[in-house]
Amino acid sequence: MCYRARPWFVLPVYRVCCRVTDLDHTPLPYGASDLSELMACPHCDALYRARTPGWNERAVCARCHLVLIAPKRKAGIKIIALTLAMLVLLVAATFFPFLDISVQGFGNKASILDSATAFQSGPMALLSVAVAAMILVIPLLRMMLVLYVLMPIVRDETPFPHARRAFRLSQKLKPWAMAEIFAIGCAVALVKVADLATIGFGPAFWMFSALVVIVIFNDRYLCTWSVWKSLETQNS
Amino acid sequence: MEIPGNTELLTAREAGLVTCQRCARVWPLGTEECARCGSTLQSRDLGSLNRVWALWVAGLICYIPANLYPMLVTDTLLESSQSTIVGGAVEIAKHGSYGIAAIILIASVLIPVGKFLAIAYLATSVKRGSNTSAERRTHMYEVVEFIGRWSMIDVFVVAILSALVQLSVVASIHPGPASLTFALSVIFTMLSAQAFDTRLFWDRQEREGITLG
Repeated sequence: MCYRARPWFVLPVYRVCCRVTDLDHTPLPYGASDLSELMACPHCDALYRARTPGWNERAVCARCHLVLIAPKRKAGIKIIALTLAMLVLLVAATFFPFLDISVQGFGNKASILDSATAFQSGPMALLSVAVAAMILVIPLLRMMLVLYVLMPIVRDETPFPHARRAFRLSQKLKPWAMAEIFAIGCAVALVKVADLATIGFGPAFWMFSALVVIVIFNDRYLCTWSVWKSLETQNS
Repeated sequence: MEIPGNTELLTAREAGLVTCQRCARVWPLGTEECARCGSTLQSRDLGSLNRVWALWVAGLICYIPANLYPMLVTDTLLESSQSTIVGGAVEIAKHGSYGIAAIILIASVLIPVGKFLAIAYLATSVKRGSNTSAERRTHMYEVVEFIGRWSMIDVFVVAILSALVQLSVVASIHPGPASLTFALSVIFTMLSAQAFDTRLFWDRQEREGITLG
C-alpha cells in the first residue's frame, strides 16, 4: 500500500469492514507491520481491520456506534482554507468593537477582550484568565497547530518536526476551545438587556458570528484517524 | 458502514493488544507509549474511577456556593440588587418572559444537576453492574461529554453583561462570586467526564454474559 505517491486527502482511507475473530490470545499472530492494519474503537475496545471506505462514507463501530473514520474529499485543503479564514476573523474580532449599548444618553462599547477581562476583583481575576483562554487563546492556538500539522501533509511533504505532538495537543485542547459557546452566550445576553437598552452591533459581532458557522463546518471535515494515518506513513 | 451479522466481536484486549485512545492504533499488550501519536497506553484505566469521583466531588462542592451566592450584581440609580441563578430566573418569569426563564433554568440548573447524576450513575454501574446495556451507557456518556462544555454559557453571559452594561449612574452590572464557583464546577465536571474509561462498561457486560440487543 503506497501512501507517499499521493497526498492523503485524495487517497482512499481505510474502512472498518471485517471483524478480527480469528486471533489467538498468545502468541500474537501479527508482526508490528500487520498491527498498523488493525484499529480498535477507543470507546469500547472492539477490534477491527481497517479498510478503505469511499468518500463521504463513514466507518462506524458495530458495537457502540462511535464514528471511527469519516474521510472527506479534499478535506486537507478545505480545512487549511477555513482555518486561515477563522484566524483572520478571530484576530480582527478581538480588537474591533463588539457590541454597544445606550440608555438615556449614556452609552458604552465593549470588545471581546473587554468581556474576557470583565472579572477583575481579587480571585475573580482567575476567571478572566480562564475566559480569555477559552474564547481567544485556545481557539487561536488550535488553529495554528492544525495549520502546522496539515500544511506539509496536503503537499505530500515530510511533516514538520513534532507534528505528532502538535496534533495531539490540538486534539486534547478541543473541548476547551469555546468560541462558539461564547457566541451563543452573546445571544442570551442580548435577550436579557434588550428590554432595558438599545443595543448596537459592531463589526466584531458579525465577524464572530461568521466564525461560529465556519467552526462547525471545519469540525466536520477533520477525520482524525486519517490525519494520524498520514502522519504515521509520511514520517517513518 | 456498519457490518451486520455475528456478534462475536473480539476486543483488542482479548487479542493481546492495547488500544491507543487518542488515535485508535493498537499495540501489543504491555507497550507503554503509542509510537504513532505519543499518548500513554493503558488497556483499562483502573484508576480512572477514583479520578472521576474526586473531580465529581470537587465539582459538586463548587456547585453549592454557585447557587447560594449572587451571579450578577446590578447597580442602578436607586438600588443595588443581587441575583442568584434561580433568583434571576424567577425574576425574569415574574416579568412575563417565561421562555427565557425556562432556558436559564434548563442551562444552569437542570443540565448541571443531570450531569452530576449521570456521572454518578455511570461510575457506580461499572462497580456494581447495571441492567442498562453498555451501548446505552456509552451513549449517555457521549451526551454528558457533549453537553458539559455548554454550561459555560452562563459564565460568558455574565462576562458580556459586565463588560457591556457600564453606564455610570444609570446602570452597571458586576459579576458576583457565584460566577467563579460556577465556572470551577463546570470545569471540574468536564474533567471528571474526561477521566472516564468507557471500555469498563463493556468488560462488565461481557463478564455477565448479557447479550447485545
